[in-house]
Amino acid sequence: MSESVPSLVSGVQAGRLSAEALTEGALGVIERAGPLNAFLHVDGEGARAAARGLDERRVRGDELGPLAGIPIAVKDSLCTQGMPTTAASRSLTRDGSARSGWRPPYDATVVSRLRAAGAVIVAKTNQDELAMGSSSENSAFGAVKNPWDLARTPGGSSGGSAAAVACRATPLALGSDTGGSIRQPAALCGVVGIKPTYGRVSRYGLIAFGSSLDQVGPLATDVRSAARLLGVLSGHDPLDSTSATVPVDDYEAACERGARGLRIGVPSEYFASGLSPEVERAVRAGLDALRDAGATIVDVELPHTRYGVATYYVLATAEASSNLARLDGVRFGLRVEAERGNLDGLYGASRSAGFGREVQRRILLGTFVLSSGYYDAYYAKAQRVRALVARDFERAFARVDAIAAPTSPTVAFRLGERLTDPLAMYLADVYTLPASLAGLPALSVPAGLSTATDADPALPVGLQLIGPAFAEASLLALAACVEAACPPSTPEPWA
Amino acid sequence: MVQYEPVIGLEIHAQLRTRTKLFCACPAEYGAEPNEHVCPTCLGLPGALPVLNQSAVELAVRAALALECQIAERSVFARKNYFYPDSPKGYQISQYTEPIALGGALTIDVEGQARRIGITRVHMEEDAGKSVHGAAGDSLIDLNRAGVPLIEIVSEPELYSSTEAAAYMKALRDVLVYLGVNDGNLEQGSLRCDANVSLRPVGSTTLGTRAELKNLNSFRFLARAIEVEIARQTSVLDGGGQVVQETRSYDPERNLTRSLRSKEDAHDYRYFPDPDLPPLRLDAAWISAERARVGELPRAKRQRYEAELGLPAATAATLTAHPATARLFEAALARLDQPVLVANWIVTEVLRGAELHGIDARFTVSAEQLAELLGLLADGRINGAQAKEVFAAMENTARQPGDVVAERGMQRLSGEALRPLCVAAIADSPSQAAAYRAGKRNILGYFVGRVMKASGGAADAKAVSELLEALLAE
Amino acid sequence: MSIEQHDVRHLARLAKLALDEPDIPALATELARIVEYVAELAAVDTTGVEPWLPGAVPAAPLRPDTPARGLSAELALDQAPRRRERAFAVPAFVDDE
Repeated sequence: MSESVPSLVSGVQAGRLSAEALTEGALGVIERAGPLNAFLHVDGEGARAAARGLDERRVRGDELGPLAGIPIAVKDSLCTQGMPTTAASRSLTRDGSARSGWRPPYDATVVSRLRAAGAVIVAKTNQDELAMGSSSENSAFGAVKNPWDLARTPGGSSGGSAAAVACRATPLALGSDTGGSIRQPAALCGVVGIKPTYGRVSRYGLIAFGSSLDQVGPLATDVRSAARLLGVLSGHDPLDSTSATVPVDDYEAACERGARGLRIGVPSEYFASGLSPEVERAVRAGLDALRDAGATIVDVELPHTRYGVATYYVLATAEASSNLARLDGVRFGLRVEAERGNLDGLYGASRSAGFGREVQRRILLGTFVLSSGYYDAYYAKAQRVRALVARDFERAFARVDAIAAPTSPTVAFRLGERLTDPLAMYLADVYTLPASLAGLPALSVPAGLSTATDADPALPVGLQLIGPAFAEASLLALAACVEAACPPSTPEPWA
Repeated sequence: MVQYEPVIGLEIHAQLRTRTKLFCACPAEYGAEPNEHVCPTCLGLPGALPVLNQSAVELAVRAALALECQIAERSVFARKNYFYPDSPKGYQISQYTEPIALGGALTIDVEGQARRIGITRVHMEEDAGKSVHGAAGDSLIDLNRAGVPLIEIVSEPELYSSTEAAAYMKALRDVLVYLGVNDGNLEQGSLRCDANVSLRPVGSTTLGTRAELKNLNSFRFLARAIEVEIARQTSVLDGGGQVVQETRSYDPERNLTRSLRSKEDAHDYRYFPDPDLPPLRLDAAWISAERARVGELPRAKRQRYEAELGLPAATAATLTAHPATARLFEAALARLDQPVLVANWIVTEVLRGAELHGIDARFTVSAEQLAELLGLLADGRINGAQAKEVFAAMENTARQPGDVVAERGMQRLSGEALRPLCVAAIADSPSQAAAYRAGKRNILGYFVGRVMKASGGAADAKAVSELLEALLAE
Repeated sequence: MSIEQHDVRHLARLAKLALDEPDIPALATELARIVEYVAELAAVDTTGVEPWLPGAVPAAPLRPDTPARGLSAELALDQAPRRRERAFAVPAFVDDE
């Protein structure tokens, strides 16, 4: 499936392609992709019915939406009415199995928008439990594997969505990004991933991790496909009090705009120690492509970058400790009653059986930073440092239109490599966290592959573009230029 | 023996009279089947988000303005984190460091003395659900009430007796009901009171250690619970002991307060600003407009009715107890400037058939009907007995008093229409007439009685006696 | 600030997590390392800096007070681990909030 989504949709609308055939194709790849463990629930029946319905509507001459007939995979953190929704956590199952997953009585706003646009939801994707992780190994239902090398992580937390697109099961997937959870797996899997401006896309129906950071966004095979999906997702939602009323730009038109006249800042803090030379080489080649396309490259400073990880882990875990309190075994999800007739016992047993170790660790950390006597030193302090991180960007964006940097300091790492060291895992997000903290739009676009060696195969590298609030269109314009120089590639077995 | 004085502060939760809940569009009404008024947001389902109810903000501001508070142009909703089955999200959305209003006062009247009681703050928050205990080892959770909008009104510790505390709660209820902010229904829990009670040696200005009495949901229980708690603390201190800071509940059957077991960690609520809700911002101009809309409060009205309209205190209090009664009174008064007459009729006749439920009121007559009727009475065109008859005839109808009077042939018995009856009465009793003229003035009553009888009781007695006097003097 | 085992127990009680006793020492060590790392924030000069607020929506939007149909009781209770008629059921507890 190498055609981009806009072209596939035209094909469906014109009757050249059928939604049913696209859906069958996706379901076939999903079946072959079993070893990736990228999917928690495949809705073959529902998808086929939706696809047939679309084809019938086309025959009747009905107007079909901007994603007509496009199979899409949805991160399991997003509520899908009547379909299991577990966020890869046992806490959101009846008996610990994915198939006994919670069936929400409502659709997330982004899911409603997908359905209204004619997309066909084929599967829910695996992820780090409750979006906590950077490797998709923290899933209650087993680690996701990278389609480029099954011994490696696809990144996380939206690893299943990135793998689904990378193996070409679906051209599009939905992810969520709290500190890099769309961009980092997109980079490690060689696909496009966009974290929109905070407030651009509704969070209603996204199982919250860090509410002040979470954004839903697209993963896609290519920039224009991502732009099409971003256009569908964006816009005001009265059900989300943090949803912006800012008008939505024409993202697809932006992809054709080119880089001429745009100024790009390169922050030295993002090319510091810990950056793999292969990643740096590919990203610098991407910068050259942007310069060749007419952009001006200048140096900028983002001095508070080094505090991003600490700031993020205080704030995200604080919010998570509160957000996850509703997973209590009373109204839905897993209930374990250690001894009958003891309410505290029910809470403790249900939650400890429901949450994996990383989630429990973060809940404890978040509880600590909010607790009496520590709030000011940790939570309140972190919100002030966050303001300084945002101020760094404001100052930079007074001079440049976008910032370019690596998405991840390394290519995909080996499964298990960082599991024993939570802090090392947190540092995988060092380049994606600052934009999340500042609520800014950022995307990752493939910038080629690392050089294969005896030990390592060639693996994808992502170039990150960060923009001022609601400047998704300029990021897409630049990403299209990078893509023109480094066309998307598909890992060997899935090509 | 040291003499102690009690110091009491009240925290009153008042349910706001909105149609929907604070953060979702579920109905806020009382009395539905369990879990009938729920949605993803008030059930605390993963992914659901809160959106603030405009009407709740308006009512909270109205209450705070009536309590003379400073309204915050920016206030912040925070999460109060604790696990409880009737708190579906595992936190309550409340206001903490930045409430909607600070620093006001409520004037109360205790034994004829006015006292201004300071209000520390007013903040908005959502109610919890309801748990029913004891069904075969289970507690049952109904979330209809979860998310219903409340304001918490915190007084300064400036009440010094159970009587003052009860007077404060009554005065607060009057104001809130009057404003339409709260329905005043204590039985349904629309108004709930917690009391902080401490003792200090008389003359001391520092506060003693307090106990918090929970859920005092009637005026009687409030007063009795405070009294027994004062007695308890007094005996603790007299016995050389110390009062422990704790939460206590009042057992009305045994008339005592008892300690609620307080869990070790129960008090670390880990408040932080709710990231799902940007700050609530109120524009200064809007606040001024709301201030103008609040208008005159019951206490000020009562004082004005007494001082300017000459009404007795009891009548003024009755008229101002419900906003609809005061509105009816003022509307009738605008048509007929006879405050005492209008007030007495409302108190004795109109309120008898009125239905007053919370803020809702239904009267059997309109202000226009009442004013016209009392105008006829004041002009002597009908007498008191006739007025009552007309009143009864027009209740729950749109009929005009003048039409009723005409239809029942009542007008001829007023004014000049009485002359033939009076002339006949004098002519029929010449000896009594002579006695009157000879100076036996109290015989006038005899003539009045005859005229009244002749008129079938429909004549205006005052007009009759005036006319008889004039005729007998001829 | 270092995190000790008793701190972990206290935090677990607040967060309603029933930790396995043998896991506590390792968790205390991990949390202590993370807390030590985030403590670097203390070094940042934040004098006069207001806590961050998202810029996109500066004020809470207000919703008209118009009722809308939510979920039926049946749908609301459908996923409950235990229910009794129209209510969620939990082990009996004493009201002391």
